Amino acid sequence: MSGQDEHKTKTLKLIVWRQAGPDKPGRFETYMAKGITDHHSFLEMLDVVNEDLIKSGKDPIVFDHDCREGICGVCSQVINGVPHGGFERTTVCQLHMRLFKDGDTIYMEPWRARAFPIIKDLMVDRGALDKIIQAGGYTSVHTGGAPDANSTPIPRPEAEYAMDAAECIGCGACVAGCPNGAAMLFTGAKVSQFAALPQGQVEAAERVANMLKAAQDCGFGNCTNHYECQAACPKGIDVKFIARLNREYLKAMCG
Amino acid sequence: MILDGKCPTGPIEKTWDKARFDMKLVNPSNKRKYKILVVGTGLAGGAAAASLAELGYKVESFCYQDSPRRAHSIAAQGGINAAKNYTNDGDSILRLYYDTIKGGDFRSREADVWRLAQVSNEIIDQCVAQGVPFARDYAGYLDNRSFGGAQVSRTFYARGQTGQQLLLGAYSALSRQIKLGTVKMFPRTEMLDLVLVDGEAKGITIRDLVTGEIRVHTGDAVLLCTGGYANVFNLSTNARGCSVTAIWKAYKKGAFFANPCFTQIHPTCIPQAGDYQSKLTLMSESLRNDGRIWVPKNKGDKRAANEIPEDDRDYYLERKYPSFGNLAPRDISSRAAKEACDDGRGVGPGGRGVYLDFRDSIKRLGEDVIRERYGNLFEMYERITGENGYKVPMRIYPASHYAMGGLWVDYNLMSNIPGLFVLGEANFSVHGANRLGASALMQGLADGYFVIPYTIGPYLAQSKPSKVKEDHAECAKSIADVKANLKKLVSINGKETPADFMRKLGNVTWNLVGMGRSKETLTEALSKLPGIKEEFWKNLKVAGNGAEVNQQLENAGRTADFIEFADLLCRDALARDESCGAHFRVEHQHPDGEAKRDDANFSHVAAWGYKGEGADPERHVEPLKFDLIKPAVRSYK
Repeated sequence: MSGQDEHKTKTLKLIVWRQAGPDKPGRFETYMAKGITDHHSFLEMLDVVNEDLIKSGKDPIVFDHDCREGICGVCSQVINGVPHGGFERTTVCQLHMRLFKDGDTIYMEPWRARAFPIIKDLMVDRGALDKIIQAGGYTSVHTGGAPDANSTPIPRPEAEYAMDAAECIGCGACVAGCPNGAAMLFTGAKVSQFAALPQGQVEAAERVANMLKAAQDCGFGNCTNHYECQAACPKGIDVKFIARLNREYLKAMCG
Repeated sequence: MILDGKCPTGPIEKTWDKARFDMKLVNPSNKRKYKILVVGTGLAGGAAAASLAELGYKVESFCYQDSPRRAHSIAAQGGINAAKNYTNDGDSILRLYYDTIKGGDFRSREADVWRLAQVSNEIIDQCVAQGVPFARDYAGYLDNRSFGGAQVSRTFYARGQTGQQLLLGAYSALSRQIKLGTVKMFPRTEMLDLVLVDGEAKGITIRDLVTGEIRVHTGDAVLLCTGGYANVFNLSTNARGCSVTAIWKAYKKGAFFANPCFTQIHPTCIPQAGDYQSKLTLMSESLRNDGRIWVPKNKGDKRAANEIPEDDRDYYLERKYPSFGNLAPRDISSRAAKEACDDGRGVGPGGRGVYLDFRDSIKRLGEDVIRERYGNLFEMYERITGENGYKVPMRIYPASHYAMGGLWVDYNLMSNIPGLFVLGEANFSVHGANRLGASALMQGLADGYFVIPYTIGPYLAQSKPSKVKEDHAECAKSIADVKANLKKLVSINGKETPADFMRKLGNVTWNLVGMGRSKETLTEALSKLPGIKEEFWKNLKVAGNGAEVNQQLENAGRTADFIEFADLLCRDALARDESCGAHFRVEHQHPDGEAKRDDANFSHVAAWGYKGEGADPERHVEPLKFDLIKPAVRSYK
């Protein structure tokens, strides 16, 4: 165990985006986070700051959080200019304060994209991602009457490829990281999951066309191969799924 | 009162088929006249909303998260059971049923468990058709593994993210219905009251978590699929938003709360690091296959783990349970860890931890083999603790992670309030006093996809559709009550935050009624809870008001409900003067530390009825019967 640093605490300067509502002007405010140890998670550090704010009669910082183990996909902060803080395969909730030094200044902002209006402070509305899934991110199978699960063998490489794509947690970091505010990695991952599986073939053409149309209608941009999405993705989703998305789209359009 | 689960009679193997045939149906052209309110979008709620909408019902679906895809079912790692017997190792519906009854220590309802085992196979078929990427072998067929002490390999899995993949399956089915207009989705809403009209559930009062608006949604039936209450211990492996609120509000409107004291502890979690901690993280129990668990022999031994020689180490599980050793069942190994720490021999900050040491297995197998088996877990451990588990022993401690108890339901999943149905972890019926691994996902999807679409029929068939509108007097009253309660919370203006009170509550619940309970600790807890409640309503501090995003107000409401609920949990644990499954009354144990049941007096479900503020709740019972297998002592020798 880490005996010697147990009682060592650090102080950090937080520069946080505060915005009262979607149509309100926003601004940066400065707060000090005191008494932080190596063992605080990033969100626990924010909890400490918020408890102080409440006790001194001020409005706490609003931020989305829930599972705090990197799987629900709700946490969403741009930290020092990078979605989720820029540590490989790590969501905000899995950042720990041992990654920061005493006296560090940390900038915190919400996801910024045309399709993600700010609700308050660091909380944004990502309903647009749900709309993309609603446009076709499924197989149209009713409950009941599905054939036996082993009736269609699926080669292991295809199954693994589908699983690689399906790991997306829908956090939207890819959109926040993209200079065009595109949701191509998100959409590509879902399209590729189904494209790799026999169950996804029947509706393949419609699916890719409808999902891309929905993305456009929601105000997401297009891909210009910056690959910032892959760099920001906490689940390591590969840009090869955008290439697959494009191939699937071409196939759909050319029949 | 003696409760009747209204289970079908006759040979158990035929009960579900017979019940389905006997159930009244709603004519297809009449289904669209009925509106069903579904609260929660996890496996149970997501699957139910999608399946009911497919049948033609109008559905409104609610979740507190920003998207239905984020419900806490997503965090389940291990897998989902089904009696497919693809591995040809002797599995069957009968065996899955048997294992579940035995695992629940003979405190679950037999007919419900049979049904669960029977529909388990359809779940896998359904999920594969949805495109859930389960693990497969090189021939392309589905892979299985053994899990949770079962002697057959019946667990289907998708890497360590089975819950996520199953939830995304249900979410995709739900999304399809939302697009078709058959489901109206209301994310970022929290249910704060149940609306009863003439004694039947006809609506819910919700708070819009973005605008703060309080409004009623009316319908012909209400489904609560709102998960478990493990956060009553303050720290648990549950998400921060998981609460007892929805089912507690229903309880206060008359729904019976069954077996609240049945809560499960997971032995291999990462220990708490400090008071500021917000949640505990679970690591797969598989680590115990190769790790050895120990604490220093001497109290207050402050040496670093690797400097403590072999003679000064106490491998207490191997010592106490030589045949099972480090693989002793969850509850036994959890309690043994607590005993060692209570004895002053715990390790790490705060002394609430024990070592899980891979030194010997690394010596035997090499670091590469250990990395291959558990690499992702070592990485997760290092991310959180900053320690390298290959070089120094990991530290672990048990944590609360699942609630077997929940609202009482009959065989049709309907509570004692007509029109109020309860699905998934929020109800009580199939796991008895202890849930087996990989069975939670199975139950959520069984209830949502394959049970409720049938069992809601008999209630709806006899009720006139759209009877209650939003302008009904009961709706106005409910809105007024909810608003008054919220106003009270924001106007106390004391000094302590909801988090402060959750810590105080956790100190009582976790320390006195967590892993082990006795008459003394329960009596002590019951004497402390009223003080916490009183202080809460005098000294709570919530910033801001109710007419905007206010996460502190959300926390305050959930905290208030947890404080009240803790009292019921303790009463139930005190009244159940036996040990069974995860409910361990230290007064009742076999010499080997196994829970000692008292079938003569406690072979029943205890369901508590609310009698009003300040009045003692009433304990009702539903006797349990076991026709196919007879209760026996659980043995892990």
